[in-house]
Amino acid sequence: MKKYLLTLALVATANFGAISVRADTSTNTPPPPPPASVEQRLESVEAYFSNGDPTAPLRDTNGNIVVTSPIMSSLSNSLGSTYTYPGAGHNAWLLTSTALVLFMTLPGLALFYGGMVRKKNVLSVLAQCFLITGLVTILYIICGYGMIFGGAGGAAAMKLDWVYGVVGNPKVCWLFANVTSAPNPGYSYWVSENVYAMFQMMFAIITPALIVGSIAERMKFKAIFVFITLWMFVVYFTQGHMVWGVNGIMNGCWNADAKIHGLDFAGGTVVHMTSGWTGLILCIILGKRLGYPKEPMPPHSIVLTYIGASMLWVGWYGFNSGSAVAADIIAANAFTTTTIATAVASFVWPMWEWAVKGKPSVLGFCSGAVAGLVLITPACGYVLPFGAFWIGVVAGTIPWFFCYKVKGWLGMDDSLDAWGVHGIGGMCGAIMTGMFARQAANPNLATNLKAYVTDKWNQPQLIEQLKTVGVTLVLVFFGTLICAFITKMLVGLRVSEEVEMSGLDLPEHGEEGYHS
Amino acid sequence: MKKIDAIIKPFKLEEVKDALSELGIEGMTVSEVKGFGRQKGHTEIYRGSEYTVDFLPKIKLEIVVADGQVDAAVGAIIKAAKTGKIGDGKVFVSPVETAIRIRTEEKGDSAV
Repeated sequence: MKKYLLTLALVATANFGAISVRADTSTNTPPPPPPASVEQRLESVEAYFSNGDPTAPLRDTNGNIVVTSPIMSSLSNSLGSTYTYPGAGHNAWLLTSTALVLFMTLPGLALFYGGMVRKKNVLSVLAQCFLITGLVTILYIICGYGMIFGGAGGAAAMKLDWVYGVVGNPKVCWLFANVTSAPNPGYSYWVSENVYAMFQMMFAIITPALIVGSIAERMKFKAIFVFITLWMFVVYFTQGHMVWGVNGIMNGCWNADAKIHGLDFAGGTVVHMTSGWTGLILCIILGKRLGYPKEPMPPHSIVLTYIGASMLWVGWYGFNSGSAVAADIIAANAFTTTTIATAVASFVWPMWEWAVKGKPSVLGFCSGAVAGLVLITPACGYVLPFGAFWIGVVAGTIPWFFCYKVKGWLGMDDSLDAWGVHGIGGMCGAIMTGMFARQAANPNLATNLKAYVTDKWNQPQLIEQLKTVGVTLVLVFFGTLICAFITKMLVGLRVSEEVEMSGLDLPEHGEEGYHS
Repeated sequence: MKKIDAIIKPFKLEEVKDALSELGIEGMTVSEVKGFGRQKGHTEIYRGSEYTVDFLPKIKLEIVVADGQVDAAVGAIIKAAKTGKIGDGKVFVSPVETAIRIRTEEKGDSAV
């Protein structure tokens, strides 16, 4: 463990020296291009309102910028080209969204999960969430961002990947090289690339934190450290690149050369399917908690869980609506669909409880809301309000059934139902995105996906979504097995029986959550 | 002297205390306890998991009174604590050998 930490520290310090401001090396400056006309400058500014490309009016037919315009900044982005200043409004919304998504993990998810464990383990969950926040940030800055989002779009860029369209090249944007306040038009015309990178980093943080829900109360802190480090590279950075990289092999919306035309607006497959299914596999490998299911293990504070779930809902607006990477018409629609699906699911889940068990529970309201948020995540920017309504109904029903019945039938101990809510929910959401995606909700569906999104529930996009789900499951299954096996070899996975009985807080962290 | 132990429903404590005060009983010891009798426990459901909780919260009230006050005190407790529903609790009466007030070292009935 110590060696591992030391290596990490050395790698980090040795390379931060490499960050430098791009020096201006040109000596023989050619004569400056003529200034842009007022019409050209006006068109640049108008692009702000449609979230379009402000440099388009400044280019010739070959795509070279041939005029000077005050909108151009001297900063260059990670593609190595100078670009315009960011747009204030779009940037402001992404800055806000970034903070909202961090708020989902700290303290939202930490409290949501912390309330559901027993008193003696509450700090272990809080510690794990905070560990992941720092650890993932380090990995992401070193090469995670580049592995997911590095490079330009198109088939040529796919060839530069480590594995064509699947695993990105970690050397691109190594230590955040050239990730500046200039926008990277591969992802956004108006949002600073560093803001976009921070926004996406919050997704990378919450994803492994979700896994904690399946393995709570029994996995070694050390093991979580090692497992998450490996898992980020094997599963998350890979899945993120395939689905969200402009040259990703499953990025149906933006990559014309994609092999599978998948749609995942805010992370139904990248975030929820990967974490939920990893949770399932890991909790089977780990085994049940001592005494499960005979000994009662009720949540120690539904109040904390309620607070956490409510914070998750608020934060999720940044997650979903922010994924438009602009404060544009798509963000507005995503905000609306997110609200509808979540509210409907938070209503439907406890209604099932009421009908079947006789009482609507507070945990049921919270679980329903989270399930609704999970299902609408991949769909929010592609569906219309009516689609969101049906997604909400399914969110309150299928994950509910998996948590209430299927988990018991399968007999595994998914402590806090990360699989039932996120794994199953993410999968349902990805499939329903294929059924309810409509060109009217998102004009970007009318380009690369024109033949797939035909505005019927059984449109060809549904098949593409099923393929995306299949690839995700295969990656998660083998990726998790490999990471868990290596972790077991290196540090072991489970705490000793004695530690488990006394609770993880004192032996692993030397602190107690409550003194009484 | 007799000691009266009464196990009552927590929300009845104020009424019982007031009823005893009216009789001129000026001291009592109260503790929060858990237990079960015929009422049994209840079931809690958290998502798919159901737990039977056997022990229910009750209040245990202890007073020591002079022999002549016992019937009135027990009657007052029963009247105030009764709801008529299962789980109202029980009253136990037992003899007490002596009582001493620590401050003044008085003994017997004058000490309670």
